[in-house]
Amino acid sequence: MAALSSAVSPEVRDSSRVKHAPPTVHRLDEHTVEIVSDSGEGAQKCGQIFGTVSAKMGNGVWTVEIIPAEIEPPARSVAGTSGIRIRIGSGPITNWGDETKLAVAFNEQSLLSRHRIGALADDATILVENRWATHDDEAIRDQWASAMEELSERNYTIIEVPMEEECLTVVENPRLGKNMFVLGLLAFVYDRDLDRIREQIAFAFLNKPKKIYERNVALLELGHGWASENLDFQYHIPSIETDQEMVVMNGNQAFAMGAIASGMELAAMYPITPATSVSHYLCDVFERFGGIVHQAEDEIAAIGVAIGASYSGKVAFTITSGPGMALKTEFLGMAVMTEIPLVLLNVQRGGPSTGLPTKVEQSDLLASIFGQPGDAPHVVMAPATIEECFHAPITARRIAETFRTVVMILSDANLATGVQPFPKPDPQVSWQAPMPDQAPVPEGARPYDWDPETGLSRRFIPGQPGGMHTVTSLAHDEDSHVAYDAEINQRSSRMRSRKLAALQHTMSPPPIYGEESGDLLIVGWGSTKGAIQEALDRVRAEGLSVSSTHLSFLSPLEPGLGEIFSRFRKVMTVEINYSDEPDDPYITEENRRRGQLAWLLRATTLVDVDCWTRVLGEPLRPGAIVEAIHTHMPTKKRGKRT
Amino acid sequence: MSTCSLLALAQSEDRDYERADYEGVEVRWCPGCGDYSVLTATQRLLAEEGLKPEETVVVSGIGCSSRFPHYMNTYGFHGIHGRALTLATGVKLNRPELSVFVVMGDGDCCSIGAGHWLHATRYNIDMVVLLLDNEIYGLTKKQTSPTTPQGYKSNTQPRGSFLPALNPLEATLGITNASFVAQTAEWVPAHLYATLQAAYRHKGFAFVRILQRCPHFTPDIMNELVTDRDQVQLLMHDDGINAPGLDKVFENRRVHDPSNLDAARRLASDSQQTRLGLFFRDESLPRYDDLRRTTRLTAEERIELLNEELALYAV
Ligand SMILES: Cc1ncc(C[n+]2csc(CCOP(=O)(O)OP(=O)(O)O)c2C)c(N)n1
Ligand SMILES: [Mg+2]
Repeated sequence: MAALSSAVSPEVRDSSRVKHAPPTVHRLDEHTVEIVSDSGEGAQKCGQIFGTVSAKMGNGVWTVEIIPAEIEPPARSVAGTSGIRIRIGSGPITNWGDETKLAVAFNEQSLLSRHRIGALADDATILVENRWATHDDEAIRDQWASAMEELSERNYTIIEVPMEEECLTVVENPRLGKNMFVLGLLAFVYDRDLDRIREQIAFAFLNKPKKIYERNVALLELGHGWASENLDFQYHIPSIETDQEMVVMNGNQAFAMGAIASGMELAAMYPITPATSVSHYLCDVFERFGGIVHQAEDEIAAIGVAIGASYSGKVAFTITSGPGMALKTEFLGMAVMTEIPLVLLNVQRGGPSTGLPTKVEQSDLLASIFGQPGDAPHVVMAPATIEECFHAPITARRIAETFRTVVMILSDANLATGVQPFPKPDPQVSWQAPMPDQAPVPEGARPYDWDPETGLSRRFIPGQPGGMHTVTSLAHDEDSHVAYDAEINQRSSRMRSRKLAALQHTMSPPPIYGEESGDLLIVGWGSTKGAIQEALDRVRAEGLSVSSTHLSFLSPLEPGLGEIFSRFRKVMTVEINYSDEPDDPYITEENRRRGQLAWLLRATTLVDVDCWTRVLGEPLRPGAIVEAIHTHMPTKKRGKRT
Repeated sequence: MSTCSLLALAQSEDRDYERADYEGVEVRWCPGCGDYSVLTATQRLLAEEGLKPEETVVVSGIGCSSRFPHYMNTYGFHGIHGRALTLATGVKLNRPELSVFVVMGDGDCCSIGAGHWLHATRYNIDMVVLLLDNEIYGLTKKQTSPTTPQGYKSNTQPRGSFLPALNPLEATLGITNASFVAQTAEWVPAHLYATLQAAYRHKGFAFVRILQRCPHFTPDIMNELVTDRDQVQLLMHDDGINAPGLDKVFENRRVHDPSNLDAARRLASDSQQTRLGLFFRDESLPRYDDLRRTTRLTAEERIELLNEELALYAV
């Protein structure tokens, strides 16, 4: 094999040997490429490396993984398609865009799956493995032929690539090599720096034997060589000049690093997609930072362990997704009741129940805020970018400690696997939890000495002499003594609720994107920010009077929303959760189930907030939001909002 | 540190404790409840072992027995039904230096919390775990528990409990990595105390099932065991639980070597004979809290390392 790899040494790719004319170089501001395959063929690894290298070369990048729910679904099946989309640009890229311009497919069936859901632009260029066209199995040849026929509905440019044939010159099992060959193709098409790619391959296979690195690099070079001899086009997307130091990673990794930066030292979790990769990364590095990841026997135990740790010192955190969140409900109420600080990350996926485990959704909002039986006021916040995923646990940890409360962070599958460069954080001592107080508690101090105005009190931590008391999930008084009397329950409920108002008091109204007043205000939360703002840029260029605001806090809501809403003729949320369409059968103004944020905003502001929501198992496309804005613009005649 | 606080520190180091130092709020169990004697024995143990109240945490679930921490003057955590062991695990992982006691009822431990019971046994984290087994749901007023004797009538199985009772000793001894399993009875204070002491001194997860009378709902259930000493067999061994004078009280005795797991399982699963004593102890088994110990960093150290980590992702 080593001998074979020298056959594709750089000399072979030397441009002097290329026979055809130099490729046409298309200069573009941005471009979107997808790599699709069967599961286990490494399309994601290929795309991650491509995205990271593009970021390192100074391009704006956003990647989205396309993941089936099974590990190895049947090969060559439309439903089992696995892949990754990478959008790169000259400026910052904030979302996955609309349609793919270049697709690389390891088989025609995965291509079909993307074609059928309209993921590919009409003029897309497609590079597809062609061994299926001449496969020994007649059924496969027939599938290929009918797929090509179906694909011919659109104006795609389809280029056949002998991926397997080429790879077999370097490896015995091409399933384990096509992805690096494809990386080579893309390196040529987008003129990526091969040295940086080699570096990134080395990083990706850090703990593997050297010969794996060498094999992958040989495949990379093979793909690059093939492309330079056979493809007659290249895309040039100039990079952005910046002096700022940048880092590039996905949202789950950013959260994990932010958690480390916050000084938290214990994470307890039970595996669940799409949250698990936070723990995978943490398990790798956390111990070096003095931290522990505890994989508990279930989600109830995970939150119990996190609460036990928080109770006895620094704030701890637990990581989950919807179904796990449901199991944690009782303990969440207990943490609120006992006022034990806790940070919970919910990486939302499609629901209800097991739902769409690998796909994005924003359907846990109301369950997060109201899902705990009894009145259990606590904080819910939502990062909108990968950078905010880093900072969320730092903010959450501080709020949890200061307000002795639960802080939930609602991320989602889009942020979890999305990769985006952002300014390198500069970790600060002030971000970190201080060492737990072990000083004696002053005589007469009480464990719930609520400040009547803010509801805040200081907690005592085991080890503090004189602070002995028993926290209890039962109703209790200032001494943490079980207390059933009516007056105490009213007072302690008020104190727990007051903390949210006190927190809101420290916040500013959310910034407006666009004009401060106008016809339509779009309100979003979480991962949809980039797509909403891109859509807004487009409709504003058309002359529409549309602005947006994006909420970082859902409980308590940021202040001033009612006043902001009053400056627009219509307010509408854009969300990735289900809502009835107004013209659906039986739907009336009264029974219409609206987007979850819309529901919340209507209740809190008494404004007739409309919504446009979709649950397609994919991030929102800016183009789709543009269409929604067109159909939801308030009619001019009606004057003031009703 | 000022000399004055140094003095205070020195005093607190040397201090002798009395049982009264561990008394919490006024106890509200029913008159005659077996939980009283467990509370007294625990307070006595803490005093005699010189455990600082501020460095001791008593964790419980929900039930009559789970009010226990309120009646102690230590740090306490009266959590939610069935989940005490998860909270205790969190405390010990974060603060290995604290002494942790867990108190659970039979519904708490063997029914709603059964999953945690199994896993906590396997984790083998250093803590004392007391199962206050009155063989009934007390706080919710007489429902059948997993340990209710077959045929015993309750509000949920009024014609008698359908199934044979779950045997907590047999169950615990069946779990991989179980390191300490003992049984005692609240009406034999000397044995109770000696058992708590052995459990406290055990490095690992010390599981003690305490037979506990509930005069309100099951006044008859343990009558024979209490009144007829011969119904109870005392396990004897030099490495076992040895309370002075008991061998004179209990004529029904048997020698059992607590290092013999097979024998322990056999004795525990024998439904014909109730036994008190140490069934099994092995201090050589791996302890999760030991394996998970990390070196804590200062804020500056964390920043330095984090910057190195971030550099790996630099553009
Ligand atoms: C999630 C939940 N389910 C049910 C209950 C009601 N409940 C409280 S205590 C208890 C059982 C108590 O029995 P046991 O654990 O044996 O303790 P005992 O009162 O006998 O000491 C139940 C079912 C609860 N508090 N929480
Ligand atoms: Mg009971």
